[in-house]
Amino acid sequence: MEFLTEVRWSPYAVGIGIGILSWFSFLISRKPLACSTSFARTSGMIEKLFSGKKVDLKPYYQKIGLAVDWQWMLVVGIIIGSLISALLSGDFSWQWVPSLWTAAFGGNPLLRIIVALVGGACIGFGARWAGGCTSGHGISGTLQLAVSSWISAICFFIGGILTAYIIFNLIG
Amino acid sequence: MQTNKSTDKQMQTSVPKKNISPLLWGLAFGIVFGFLLQKGGATKYDVIIGQLLLTDFTVVKIMLSAVLIGMIGIHAMKSLGWVELYPKSGSAGMNIIGGLIFGVGFAVLGYCPGTIAGAIGNGALDALFGGLAGIIIGSGLFAALYPRLRQGILMKGDFGDLTFPRLFKVNHWVIVIPAAMLIFFLLYWLERAGL
Repeated sequence: MEFLTEVRWSPYAVGIGIGILSWFSFLISRKPLACSTSFARTSGMIEKLFSGKKVDLKPYYQKIGLAVDWQWMLVVGIIIGSLISALLSGDFSWQWVPSLWTAAFGGNPLLRIIVALVGGACIGFGARWAGGCTSGHGISGTLQLAVSSWISAICFFIGGILTAYIIFNLIG
Repeated sequence: MQTNKSTDKQMQTSVPKKNISPLLWGLAFGIVFGFLLQKGGATKYDVIIGQLLLTDFTVVKIMLSAVLIGMIGIHAMKSLGWVELYPKSGSAGMNIIGGLIFGVGFAVLGYCPGTIAGAIGNGALDALFGGLAGIIIGSGLFAALYPRLRQGILMKGDFGDLTFPRLFKVNHWVIVIPAAMLIFFLLYWLERAGL
């Protein structure tokens, strides 16, 4: 069982593992692996704490339903699974600012948090606009040969590559 | 959602009480998914940004090999009648514009909705206090604007839940086999190029 304590596996071993995992999620749960709608449900559930039941009536929340569901638990599971893997290999560490960011923009946590907040808002907004994220469209949708998913996945990377170039070569 | 002929046993147990087994399966699949993402390095900002800067191809290697294996298996199970497919509906207005907005966020944040959960498990505090809050805010903003978008831009160039086999009106293997070969050669080429 030594492989469980290794820090890194080959990306192909990981990819094949995720591919096989997707077979079982179709077979057992009749659902594709996907994440981003859970963040919209969380957003609605938080809003509901403040504004009450009328939040359920918002058209988007009527469409997706505000409840802890299979996919919401999947996202919780990802946190736990990653934690287990990192603890087993000694790769866990609390970190405010990633090293690539520090090299370009310095180690100020506040700047990094603000930028991460803005980036997160684009991700949340864009994922809902496109109807999925890197897992729902990028892996599960493309493997079903869905036209919407191939277009989305290509646009994720076009937008990401151009923006990363601007951030790290023109600004940083 | 079981619609089997109801037996006596089901009559007794299917009172309002919610079936928790789908939630436990979700949790179990998530634990394996998160474990794999962490082992692949995909829970790290440096690896994801390295991909977008085209200096580290780990993320693309993980995604393409997952799609290769997933695609063959799912379509084989579909041929056997074991599974159904759930392709998402889309439109040019949805997937191009939404995809590009997502892409901008992907590079600014350095995580995506799945890998941010993994990054939190890995101890990334910028993911927990910055990114996670941002994704929740951005999703809420979209929900607020949705009534104004849904009949307009989101319907521009609508094509429904189209798949490539249906687009070209062919059996799915006619697309799966060349797509699998294309992905395989792309990965082979990445390795040959030393990326």
